[in-house]
Amino acid sequence: MFAPVSIRNLSVAYHRKPVLRDIDYDAPEGELIGIIGPNGAGKSTLIKAILGLLPLASGEVKIYGKPYKEQRHLVGYVPQRESVDWDFPTHALDVVLMGRYGKLGWFRRPKAEDREFALECLQKVGMESFAKRQISQLSGGQQQRVFLARALAQDAQIYLMDEPFVGVDAATEKAIIQILNELKQQKKTVLVVHHDLQTVTEYFDSILLINMCKIAAGPTREVFHADHLQKTYGGRLTVLPETSNMIVTR
Amino acid sequence: MDANTWWVLIGTALLGLSSGVLGCFAFLRKQGLMGDVLAHAALPGICLAFMITGAKNSFLFLIGAAITGILGSLCINWITRYSRIKEDTALGLILSVFFGLGIVLLTQIQHSNNGNQSGLDKFLFGQSASMVASDVQWMAIMAGLLLLMSFLLFKELKLLCFDASYGQSLGFSMRGLNLLFMTFLVIVVVIGLQVAGVVLMAALIVTPAAAARYWTEQLSTMVWISAVMGACSGVIGTWISSFGYNLSTGPLIVLAATMMFIISMMVAPQRGLLSRLVRLMKTRRELAREQHINSIYTYMEKEQVLKVSLLDLQTQYPISTHVLSQLKEEGLIHMEEDHQDIWIGFTETGWKAAYDTVLTNRMLEMWLMHEADLASKLPNGEIVSKDSIPEHLVPELQKLMIQHQCEPKWNPYDSNQRMKERVVSP
Repeated sequence: MFAPVSIRNLSVAYHRKPVLRDIDYDAPEGELIGIIGPNGAGKSTLIKAILGLLPLASGEVKIYGKPYKEQRHLVGYVPQRESVDWDFPTHALDVVLMGRYGKLGWFRRPKAEDREFALECLQKVGMESFAKRQISQLSGGQQQRVFLARALAQDAQIYLMDEPFVGVDAATEKAIIQILNELKQQKKTVLVVHHDLQTVTEYFDSILLINMCKIAAGPTREVFHADHLQKTYGGRLTVLPETSNMIVTR
Repeated sequence: MDANTWWVLIGTALLGLSSGVLGCFAFLRKQGLMGDVLAHAALPGICLAFMITGAKNSFLFLIGAAITGILGSLCINWITRYSRIKEDTALGLILSVFFGLGIVLLTQIQHSNNGNQSGLDKFLFGQSASMVASDVQWMAIMAGLLLLMSFLLFKELKLLCFDASYGQSLGFSMRGLNLLFMTFLVIVVVIGLQVAGVVLMAALIVTPAAAARYWTEQLSTMVWISAVMGACSGVIGTWISSFGYNLSTGPLIVLAATMMFIISMMVAPQRGLLSRLVRLMKTRRELAREQHINSIYTYMEKEQVLKVSLLDLQTQYPISTHVLSQLKEEGLIHMEEDHQDIWIGFTETGWKAAYDTVLTNRMLEMWLMHEADLASKLPNGEIVSKDSIPEHLVPELQKLMIQHQCEPKWNPYDSNQRMKERVVSP
């Protein structure tokens, strides 16, 4: 039985500076997993390394026991919202439709059933009435939902999401977490880069704490405690005593 | 028009068409300058092709130009990747170094004894009048190929422009596609060199695309508009130069494209400067109007008066008499002048308008204060704004207003409230 995502001795370096060192991790199947760490800890880099978007300095990544290249149809991706220019001439449905491109392959155009599927995905994130809306006219939260719908349109087994909760309104945050739970019920595995420590215990079944190297990984209630957080955040987490109290009382 | 002019006309139209299409993608990738670099970098390639083969053959020129053009774009990639130099500097460096090399080679050729030499320098500024049928046939094949490829690869190019790393994660080789796109650009540049020349070629790539962006919010439409504008500028430029005033075609084409750009920038319905100005003025006017109504209502509510003196009002709020007279014209307020002051009061309709405005504003305030608690009551995707407060939120917001003691006190719709009795006259 292979893990949905299995990472062995993974290291990534930009120029001469290592960003990730010797990460070893097996993602448990069918869970919501938080990837937690301070700014610059390499959380996004880890996601990109899994997706083969960055050259690995060493190590390997397997998706259900096989290289990513053979398994990419099983993986959906939600990049950071700021990573694209939202003043692009296109509408929401068209962006969601991009999620179908992978299954279509080169040259083939999306068909009516792809459009229907994309519209269903927009419906799941509560955005069907915005299908024809120009994407720059959407609020930050709506843009994030469109990105989520695009990943849903990939119809994957594993979802990798880079900071989906950043800069969204409260309603969107609730809607997203609801969708994540639905994905979990469908036995899909979801890895989410996250940095709001307050919601970690509420949202995630298990977590991976990283700060350039792996600090700890496992079920949230076992791993998410002050000792590990101190190691992950070092001196940077100045509110640690209060935060850890809060964690304990929960 | 003689036969040759017809060929030139077809050639320039084809050029405008294909540079318009490819220009859209370059423009959206924020690579407008790339066309300029490729054009300049093509010059040494053309010279080398001539020096090696000694023949003046468009196809060989294309190969030479493509090689140095792609080399130039690869250099830019390397420089930005492996050094601390940013893309703008890299573009400037490569552009001038390759162009310099091209000029050196060109001078070399012109000083050599090769009888064929004359005509290479026309690539500097372009000389479309020298185009003959075989040139145009060759251009047509290339342009047709480019258009076909852009059509077939439309969805891949869209991914490349919008979200390349996502495209990569889906399994489309974005590095390969980028290289292919650069090759397309090189081809269109080489086609254009004969018409517009090294110096002006970039304008043909960027200008129609930039103009088309003003008219639409849909990539496919943008590509069409840009293609038509490119072709039109080719035709217009050629047509004007055929009048026989010794005006050269390339610059006229660029000027025609620029005219279309300026017109688009001014009058396009959504993004154009004029319509944006009109919208801005309208918003400002509405905002000022609303702020005045709000101020008057709030003042009256606070001071328990039905008439307020302008001087008193102005001590607390920025009030413009211009906006007041506008409100009066709308029939929302009446103003009575006495010897030193103006007294302002709401009319019947004014009261209702004021109440509505104030109510909306305060409900919006409540929403902003309690967004986190109320968000779950909001159906997916719905937005709370000045123009649309969802109906089922209203009771909640009203409760909150009472809690914060900021519900509008005087409700003109409520017949039980007799405002006059509660008023202490001034």
